[in-house]
Amino acid sequence: MTQAPIISFKGVNKIYNNGTVGLKDISFDIPRGQFLVVVGLSGAGKSTLLRTINRMHEITSGEITIEEEPINDYKGQSLRLLRRKIGMIFQGFNLINRSSVERNVLSGRVSYYPTWKTICGLFTKADREMAVRSLQRVNLADKLYTRADELSGGQQQRVAIARTLMQDPKIILADEPVASLDPLTTATVMDTLQRLNREDGITVIVNLHSVALARKYADRIIGLRAGQLVYDQPIAAVTEADLNRIYAEGEQV
Amino acid sequence: MTTMTVMTKPHRTIWQRWNWLLWVVVIGALYYWTINGLKFTGLQESAGAVSQSIVDGLVHPQWSYVYDGSGEDLLSLILQTLAIAFLGTIVSAVISVPFAFWAARGTHERFFLRSGSGKVVLTLIRTFPEIVLAIMFIKAVGPGSYAGVLAVSIHSIGMLGKLFSEAIENMDRGSEEAITSAGGRAGQVFALATVPTIMPEFFSYTLYRFEIAVRSASILGMVGAGGIGTPMIFAIQTRNWPKVGIILLGIVVMVLLIDSLSEQLRKRLI
Amino acid sequence: MTYPETPRRSWVQRWHVKGIVGTVVLVVLLIASSRMTGVDVGMFFSNFGQFMNLLVRMSSPAWDYTAVIIQPLLETIQMAILGTTIGAALAIPFAVLSASNLIHSRLLRGVTRLFLDLVRTLPDLLLAAIFVAIFGIGSTAGVVTLAIFSFGMVSKLFYEVIETIDMGPLEALESVGASKVTIIWYAVLPQILNQFISYFLYTLEINVRASTVLGYLGAGGIGVFLQRSLNEFNYSQTAVIILATLVVVLVIDGISNHLRRVLL
Repeated sequence: MTQAPIISFKGVNKIYNNGTVGLKDISFDIPRGQFLVVVGLSGAGKSTLLRTINRMHEITSGEITIEEEPINDYKGQSLRLLRRKIGMIFQGFNLINRSSVERNVLSGRVSYYPTWKTICGLFTKADREMAVRSLQRVNLADKLYTRADELSGGQQQRVAIARTLMQDPKIILADEPVASLDPLTTATVMDTLQRLNREDGITVIVNLHSVALARKYADRIIGLRAGQLVYDQPIAAVTEADLNRIYAEGEQV
Repeated sequence: MTTMTVMTKPHRTIWQRWNWLLWVVVIGALYYWTINGLKFTGLQESAGAVSQSIVDGLVHPQWSYVYDGSGEDLLSLILQTLAIAFLGTIVSAVISVPFAFWAARGTHERFFLRSGSGKVVLTLIRTFPEIVLAIMFIKAVGPGSYAGVLAVSIHSIGMLGKLFSEAIENMDRGSEEAITSAGGRAGQVFALATVPTIMPEFFSYTLYRFEIAVRSASILGMVGAGGIGTPMIFAIQTRNWPKVGIILLGIVVMVLLIDSLSEQLRKRLI
Repeated sequence: MTYPETPRRSWVQRWHVKGIVGTVVLVVLLIASSRMTGVDVGMFFSNFGQFMNLLVRMSSPAWDYTAVIIQPLLETIQMAILGTTIGAALAIPFAVLSASNLIHSRLLRGVTRLFLDLVRTLPDLLLAAIFVAIFGIGSTAGVVTLAIFSFGMVSKLFYEVIETIDMGPLEALESVGASKVTIIWYAVLPQILNQFISYFLYTLEINVRASTVLGYLGAGGIGVFLQRSLNEFNYSQTAVIILATLVVVLVIDGISNHLRRVLL
């Protein structure tokens, strides 16, 4: 890797207001185009780590740079532009349940519109066409006008992916994207993320607690325990025993 | 809750063993005070005869009052009652929204004072008797249904504001998070995520409040604030029981119709 | 790769017919209602002075009046307690008769529920006016009004509780041939007692609020004094009554909320 990393953590600490340590002295780089899987027990800080990247969570000290720009001091417009290039997928899909799939997908485009146009629902024709294309990429174009809450869990998560595609993201953060899905739909969602990673070169960072899935999709796996980075290996070097240790030792604590 | 009664505590202190006795004494004393305090004297000897004529009147309602084209008949006044309830509820729902956001506990503890003060204000509004409000508004705009609309509008804020603020507190914030993380501004998050998520609940509560408002609008007339209550109180005072009978029938049918209509609407829109 | 065709919207969806029709209906109803009720925003503001004058007079409460109203306030609470108790006691058999898991006869259940629905349609002040005509001015009319009012409310709350009980113990008793009364006493009552008491307290809260205005029509309690002060344009007394009522309602709510938390 001669290219500069797209994301870089330098000594990042996060302490919550109530004194709980969220992240402790995290330092590592993520090269452009990587499919990175973060593993660890729940409460290990995976979610926090992910959300510091798009500043949905603030860090207490240290520095995060994205495309070599420190993001700590971003505010207002610069923060919104940062978030625009980072798509986010959630465990609970976080769709607007009672709105149509089209509207949900278009809402990924908010950062390109002034507030009043959003309120009036004035999206351009080009963006509506883009919404159809995004849905085609997740194989859901036939659901364009369906209400989001009428879809199955796996379909909802794919709508959420189509929504982030509207941002033209360089990075996709996925926080336990398959935790509430059955095995079959899990595979379609993970395959979709993999396709975006390979075809569009989007850097994908996924939190998972399934070791099997991590091994199947990751280029590289990092492990967190109690807010600390305890494991970091490219997929070729990952062994079953390593992964089991991340979980097993955590349980003894 | 059911298992509580089944669990046997191995070591009960004397206090735990006997505190039911304390409750018996307290409740007993309360009822002794209650029954002794109330005076049931002054019962009219005519009570039996009056009841008899009321039942007679209810059985033989004055059908001619239903519609006579004068605008003072049952149908017109029922419609007027519904209009008071409807207008009052809509106005109140609109005013309640800012109150609700004021009183809703935010995600940050530093807003504790703000939401606390909002809750106190809503409680005060809720406790202020609607009848007194109606009388106050009669002083301001004269007797009639306008005063009724104002009374319903203001009084309903107390309850709608509370229900709305609880809906805001308990709402799923997932879609808001999604729009924020996509780079949306606060206004866009509100329009795209908050409003569509919260609207159906607001709507459902407003319908529920409308059902209650129909009942109160039908009695506000008793103090002169318009609607069916005014002829009702006159009919009672003049002991015109057949007229009381037909008005009662009208109110019962109106309330039943509105309740089932609102239930249908709620099922359909959620 | 071929994608499935994007669906077409029907013209109803395309032109947002439902939304537009809904909005139009709402606007028409609003206009019709304001015509019918003679709403005139200007009038409110032109008479605003009078309204303010009233508020100003209310904002200087006649504190010495407090002593006069303590007794009627207590009477109000007594009316609420007695009325709620009678209403709740009457409600229990009707709640049992309405519960679908205890009464299998659809006809009996239907008739009982219809009766309860009818009772619930009657507003409290209307009942008060009628009972004042029957019993004469005084707290008796108030107690009866509150009893019927809470009967309608409590019976519905109660049968909804009964319908959520765990049927296991019930079926066990039924299988050994226990009588209905035995079943209710040993299998139903223990499961629902706490919720019954909780709803009883909740109804009491509502009745305390309701009872403060019943007297306006002569049904006893503080409302009698409320009506007197308003008729005599003695707004400084009205203010004291309202404030005192507020205190009583808040205290009762506080006690009842505390008890309900302990119970559930």
